[in-house]
Amino acid sequence: MVLYSLTFYLFSSVAVLSSLMVISAKNPVHSVLFLILSFVNASGLFVLLGAEFLAMILVVVYVGAVAVLFLFVVMMLDINFVKLREGFLQYLPFGALLGIVLVIELGILFLTDRSSNIYNNQTPLQPIANEVENTKMIGQILYTKYFYLFQICGIILLVAMIGSITLTLRDKGGVKRQNIDSQNTVDASTAIEKKKVKIGEGI
Amino acid sequence: MTYDILITGLIIVAQILAVVVPVLISVAFLVYAERKVLALIQLRRGPNIVGPFGILQSFADALKLITKENIIPSGSNKIVFILAPIITMVLSLAGWAVIPFAPGWVVSDINVGIMYLFAVSSLGVYGIIMAGWASNSQYPFLGALRSAAQMVSYEVSIGFVIITVLLCVGSLNLSKIVLAQQTVWFAIPLLPMFIIFFISALAETNRLPFDLPEDESTLVAGFFTEYSSASFVLFFLGEYASMILMSSMTVILFLGGWLPPFDVYPLNVVPGVIWFTVKVIFILFLFIWVRGTFPRYRYDQLMRLGWKVFLPFSLFWVVATSGFLVYFDMLPN
Repeated sequence: MVLYSLTFYLFSSVAVLSSLMVISAKNPVHSVLFLILSFVNASGLFVLLGAEFLAMILVVVYVGAVAVLFLFVVMMLDINFVKLREGFLQYLPFGALLGIVLVIELGILFLTDRSSNIYNNQTPLQPIANEVENTKMIGQILYTKYFYLFQICGIILLVAMIGSITLTLRDKGGVKRQNIDSQNTVDASTAIEKKKVKIGEGI
Repeated sequence: MTYDILITGLIIVAQILAVVVPVLISVAFLVYAERKVLALIQLRRGPNIVGPFGILQSFADALKLITKENIIPSGSNKIVFILAPIITMVLSLAGWAVIPFAPGWVVSDINVGIMYLFAVSSLGVYGIIMAGWASNSQYPFLGALRSAAQMVSYEVSIGFVIITVLLCVGSLNLSKIVLAQQTVWFAIPLLPMFIIFFISALAETNRLPFDLPEDESTLVAGFFTEYSSASFVLFFLGEYASMILMSSMTVILFLGGWLPPFDVYPLNVVPGVIWFTVKVIFILFLFIWVRGTFPRYRYDQLMRLGWKVFLPFSLFWVVATSGFLVYFDMLPN
């Protein structure tokens, strides 16, 4: 149990610290790298909760794919650091307001009487010792109870994907493309032509 | 209480060393084997000076590289520059935690073993991107960008191949995946998936014919152009260790892991570890054979192969396999 708490405090403290570094790091690439560190630690916390499938999905989807593309974009951008700082005071009141609202909400959640809210008949969060793997449990609930919601999520993602493709798709004329099929069917009879050239004349 | 933790810790460290040290030694011999096989393909002799048949060549090379000066370019982002090879090395060794070498011979037999391997191999791209960006130099940067796009593309088809295998097994545990192949290895009913997985593994480990991130004829040495000495050794070790890891993954998913080809008398007394090693060596030989035989792909051809050929085909096979299993009522569990 000591080891369990030790790893919990390790993961959570690194996650919190790296989240702080995400918003305070000067270099945007460093911010993204700290974001990745924070994702990895969050997935460590999922493992401690016994939700190993969610932990792995978090790493595969967010760290392995989303953050790679994110890093890709941030690295390619030419970011002007001076310009980035300019709007700081202008946006400060709005940001502070959002932060205060969030803190108040969290405060209400923590300070209210536990018996009056949704937590009243739940056991504390702890790994549930169960015969069924949690991958199977997620599958059983996702494809039965939440089937329609799951399908709607998929359609929303599809719409977003089609939208972003239509926004970036431009048909520029004059682009040379390789037609793989026609190139594979090329042989000597279609590629080479024999001509007899008379002396003193061109073709 | 603290005594217990100490003992547990020591056992964990011993288990990790028992896996990592053989992996590192096999990396050294893999490098030697690669040079020797390539030499034979090209009618040369290969390394033959250090030790009998040049067998100690890799150790001599490693020693030479480590004693050299480690140069950190002044324009580079130093922390990220130093971190990149370390991350590559650590990730290529982290995957070994869940590999079952024989029944029960596994450091951590977790329920989501295959997802863990997939996650670790998808993280491998970070070492390369960080190296390319931190070097603050054109060629490494181009190499890093190529690598990022390439690895993300081929991960998609690897994911579908894994799903096909999982449909036939009904579990994400690597030992259970191996045990599900007792009647027939998945390489036979799922042969097209096996081929797609092998080719995607080549792309995922940045090996020829897909080694565009380090394409020496156009990008000098790609993402590790600016690296020297020990940090270069870490990249080199990481690349070969992840090659062996991908081969082990192929063996576990398709070639029956530690199982003998037929469960008959002279074959089934051979220990599982030997079968596992022989199969991994066979896949590694294929890696080297491909390197010695095929020319490098052009980048647009690489992307076309990943997105327009492998992705639709593997998606079709996922649907076809699940349809087959449902229709004939052969779904596991």
